[in-house]
Amino acid sequence: METTTVTVKEQKRIKKLKRSETWRNIKKNKLIYLMILPGFIYFLIYKYLPMYGLIISFQDYKPYKGVMGSEWVGLEHFQRLFASSEFWMIFKNTLMLFGLQIFIFFPIPIIISLMLNEVRHQFFKRSVQTLIYIPHFMSWVVIVSISYVLLTLDGGIVNAILETLGFSKVNFLLNEEWFRPMYILQVIWREAGWGTIIFLAAITAVDPQLYEAARMDGANRFRQMWHITIPAIRNVIIVLLILKIGDVLELGFEHVYLLLNSSNRNVAEIFDTYVYVAGLQQGQFSYSTAVGFFKGGVGLIMVVFANWLAKKFNEEGIY
Amino acid sequence: MAKQQISAGSRVFDFFNYFLLALLALITILPFIHVVGSSFATSAEIARTKFLLFPTEFSLQAYKYIFSTGTIFRALGVSVMVTIGGTIWSMFFSVLTAYGLSRRDLVGRRTLNFLIVFTLLFNGGMIPTFLVVQQTGLLDSLWALVIPVTINAFNMIILRSFFMNLPQGLEESAKIDGANDFSILFRIVLPISLPAIATISLFYAVTYWNTYMHAILYLADADKWPVQVLLRQIVVLASGMNYDAESYTDAPPPEVTVKMATIVVATVPVLLVYPFLQKYFAKGALLGSVKG
Repeated sequence: METTTVTVKEQKRIKKLKRSETWRNIKKNKLIYLMILPGFIYFLIYKYLPMYGLIISFQDYKPYKGVMGSEWVGLEHFQRLFASSEFWMIFKNTLMLFGLQIFIFFPIPIIISLMLNEVRHQFFKRSVQTLIYIPHFMSWVVIVSISYVLLTLDGGIVNAILETLGFSKVNFLLNEEWFRPMYILQVIWREAGWGTIIFLAAITAVDPQLYEAARMDGANRFRQMWHITIPAIRNVIIVLLILKIGDVLELGFEHVYLLLNSSNRNVAEIFDTYVYVAGLQQGQFSYSTAVGFFKGGVGLIMVVFANWLAKKFNEEGIY
Repeated sequence: MAKQQISAGSRVFDFFNYFLLALLALITILPFIHVVGSSFATSAEIARTKFLLFPTEFSLQAYKYIFSTGTIFRALGVSVMVTIGGTIWSMFFSVLTAYGLSRRDLVGRRTLNFLIVFTLLFNGGMIPTFLVVQQTGLLDSLWALVIPVTINAFNMIILRSFFMNLPQGLEESAKIDGANDFSILFRIVLPISLPAIATISLFYAVTYWNTYMHAILYLADADKWPVQVLLRQIVVLASGMNYDAESYTDAPPPEVTVKMATIVVATVPVLLVYPFLQKYFAKGALLGSVKG
């Protein structure tokens, strides 16, 4: 009986001590907190306040009434979204671009990194790297503009080549069938080179003796790649794949918006562009916020799920 | 190392590997060469030669045309201002936040870190963010291109990882000498962090130079449009020059060379800093992979 009271007392004392220690630490670091303060306020206002603003998706938001004064409508906007004939079109388009990103784009930087890793002449390797990183620093406007002047019907170099080769001209920019190939080719052009950096870095950590040993055992270059290089960068691949999945619905508003036009809308309209049109051009703030919320929510669920899956398979995950 | 016997298979592998990589680099870069080449060509040559890379007749016609109106100067001015001002602004707050959060003994550090990382996984989306930008009075001001993107969480994390990997002893000895946290940051930490500072500054600068989406979201006034918006207008909508109504009442639609020249103008500043980027960025991008 007595011993328990002592322990309880002891615990209280320790708690108190800890608390005063915490206080001492906070006071000692008051300038550090001062440094963080502006950044913290930034995140609060421009990142967390918009999250709070998501509640307008449950309201009939009127700008003059504000978030406080607008009428609550429950799930009306979400019901409208799911019932809308456009929902499945947009859902499918978003999913298709996501599929292209994961299955077509994602492996490419890995393959290029493996190829670069096999290059023994440093000058050649560095020159290739220098050139393939360049498009990453171009804006989407520049990438799309260049594509536009290359692909346009009159005077575009691509159609000129097609014509010379005896094919008929293709109106790439307005053609529904060409939208997805064009989208993913532009993504590859801009990001494939840059994407190699992280894989190349992971590869440099591989012990060269492993290759030596593999060569002794008679493994050819492909087998060395398969049995040594790829396993060594597996964790990096998985982490990046999770991040990519987290980006599922961030397919690049800017990029798609620049490619979107009235003739390819059936394949090019995605959630982001739909939010923009419905919200900012048509002024349906609540409805478009609901659409954005749905998109963001799915994205968050996907990344948590992907991370859980990675951990299930004893991989590191991102958190 | 002793010279090893290289098998025939290995040699074939090398041949294809080098060939494909060279091809890849060439394909990546050819469109740029085509655009730059065409921008210096005469309209006549463009019409004649279909696969132009280097013009035979060098002409500044297109550049003279685009610089003959005030529009492009205004757009370039906006872009330069936003890029320089925005980079300084973003770096200032990013460095302060990153350094603060790099201190391991800070109470609440994990929570603050989580709050920042979470914004990478989830956000309020376009409309609620727009409403906040509107309510904070930034609409139609150039600040709208800067303040809502003050700190890029990825860049902040890269900086933080860098600061965390600096030797601890430096700060402690300075502390004993009575220096406060601000003078430790500005006098001791920053001078030895120049590679990281340079990398992240360049990342911010490129982002600001390339800003497009925020301009169309937040700026209705065409006079405040940065060069990317103007480029879009000229190349795709082919109406950019018409905004300058006084000097261009019946402007002809821009010719191919004009479009090419505008692309070049919107790109050149990035290409100018590219060699510097090249020097630091690989390191910077790698720092980002360090988990914290």
